[in-house]
Amino acid sequence: MSAEASAVAVGESRWVNRAFGLLAWVVGLIFFFPVFWMVINAFKDEQDANTAPKLVFDPTLDRFDEVTASASGLLSFGEAFANSAVIVLISTVIVLALAIPAAYALAIRPVHKWRDVLFFFISTKFLPVVASILPIWILARELELLNTRLVLIVLYTGINLPLAVWMLRSFFQEIPRELIEAAEIDGAGLRGQLTSIILPMAAPGIAATALLCVIFAWNEFFYAVQLNPVDGSTVPIWVTTNISTRGDFLAKLSAASVLACIPVVLAGWIAQKRMIRGLAMGAIK
Amino acid sequence: MTSVTYDQATRTYEGTDVAAVDRLSLDVGDGELLVLVGPSGSGKSTALRMLAGLEPLDGGVIRIGERDVSNVRPRDRDIAMVFQNYALYPQLSVAENMGFALKQQGVPKEERRARVQETARILDLEPYLDRKPKHLSGGQRQRVAMGRAIVRQPAVYLMDEPLSNLDAKLRVQTRTEVVELQARLGVTTVYVTHDQVEAMTMGHRVAVLKDGVLQQCDAPGTLYHEPVNLFVAGFIGSPAMNLVELGEERPLRLGSSELSLDSGAQSAVSNGAGNITLGFRPEALRLGEGPLRATIRTVEDLGSEVFVHMALDHRGDAVSLVSRMPPPFHGDPGDSIGLELDGTTHLFGGDGGRVTSARASLT
Repeated sequence: MSAEASAVAVGESRWVNRAFGLLAWVVGLIFFFPVFWMVINAFKDEQDANTAPKLVFDPTLDRFDEVTASASGLLSFGEAFANSAVIVLISTVIVLALAIPAAYALAIRPVHKWRDVLFFFISTKFLPVVASILPIWILARELELLNTRLVLIVLYTGINLPLAVWMLRSFFQEIPRELIEAAEIDGAGLRGQLTSIILPMAAPGIAATALLCVIFAWNEFFYAVQLNPVDGSTVPIWVTTNISTRGDFLAKLSAASVLACIPVVLAGWIAQKRMIRGLAMGAIK
Repeated sequence: MTSVTYDQATRTYEGTDVAAVDRLSLDVGDGELLVLVGPSGSGKSTALRMLAGLEPLDGGVIRIGERDVSNVRPRDRDIAMVFQNYALYPQLSVAENMGFALKQQGVPKEERRARVQETARILDLEPYLDRKPKHLSGGQRQRVAMGRAIVRQPAVYLMDEPLSNLDAKLRVQTRTEVVELQARLGVTTVYVTHDQVEAMTMGHRVAVLKDGVLQQCDAPGTLYHEPVNLFVAGFIGSPAMNLVELGEERPLRLGSSELSLDSGAQSAVSNGAGNITLGFRPEALRLGEGPLRATIRTVEDLGSEVFVHMALDHRGDAVSLVSRMPPPFHGDPGDSIGLELDGTTHLFGGDGGRVTSARASLT
């Protein structure tokens, strides 16, 4: 290829790159717009929120005061937040405690028929959620677990476990075999290998897995609303309590949604920092 | 006294019928540096991993000293291993890497520190003790891996191609250092490499493996001068031994010349011996005057010696030959040149085994 021709080709690819970059920005902004609109609506009064799109307005925190003020007999923000926090944290801890040994047995010292085991784990995700609700509801009622935190802890653990096993397995596979063998020869038992080699090296992966479990459990609505409509209700249910049949509620609902989003965004931000630091440290190559 | 014994040790990987290591029997003496060498897939690494306890045995036993370790966990075998990619723990400092095994053994902190210091001094690693492996050069990492093995004072060192990630110059230098260190510590060592030069220069004895089967285990000189079969003859030596198939005709002929051997050798390759292959080292082929003529292909002048590659018309085919000549050598590609055998030749039978070795001449 002559110098001129290659210059043209480079120029072309640069132009194509820019076009794709622009397209990506446009698509990204379109997807982000509803979130942006929700956030600014949360700072408006109902009248501004419900009239034609308005970017200039007097920001107010009144909607946040309204949605967090507790009224007797209604699900309060504090109660829902506490329920969600307990359910999400406990279920995530259990998921990790079960998934780490499972991933070890599937990645580092594969058990017999590990492929079948792996497929079985993911197959539990094939069933539509709606199809499982009736048996689960009946079971929960028989065990007197309806409207308890426990039922959601058990369910969210079950829902997140297959995903966590799959994710952790792939992170564990990234750890060079020789490192584990070296630790084995150096005298480290199973626990020593886990605590001194595997867990530190897979820490970014474990953080990513925990983050996903937290997000899924925090956002889950369907089971929560079916099983815990009265007690043990979580934040997503509390958000919907701000929909009222009388008068406008868009600004209030936006404020509630913003509050519901904050913990997830925070968790993501913290985990992301940790994940990037882990990658930068060269723990995973 | 720590010797290592493989007794009919066999390993067959799941899903295959062919043994990766097939009934290996081998004795490594106390303080000996034994090198396992072979092409990739020869089973040399598997044999080492069996000794380490990282691969189970499907047959036979392995003993360290008098103790049968076939079913003993790696950590209870009193061995230390140096891996090809060093396998340094990335999140630990050099000192922590070297002290890891001692920590697992429950050695008190003070003693641990002292032993790590002492080993670091031997290996010139003292300035780097607080660094993480990723801040070290390849050569330094290699030394840390060695240090991690040495600091444990094990009964046996296992080394799995520990020099193959170093550049050529550093490799030669480190080779000498490893040999000196091993001699000084006097610890029985099993060393795996695919590089026959490394094997020949380092090993007290060298075991050549092919397809999981031990071909020959001898001192480097014996391997070079008395290879038991065609494989060992072709594998050991650089450039490789000249090997020419002479067929079943008698008398034996190389190109247009007749090969004359002394009477003992002559009777060994009499008509019953079948398809004979002739082997001779490059230094056993003298160029200049001679009854046989070949065409020069390339001339490699290394300064201290000259390798001359030639094509010889033999039974209708162009056979490649190489000669090692002292400089200066005068000849160019395309020139015709006379050949004469001047050294030991080896004659291999139809099954690849060496039938006899003798001086031979061409007439």
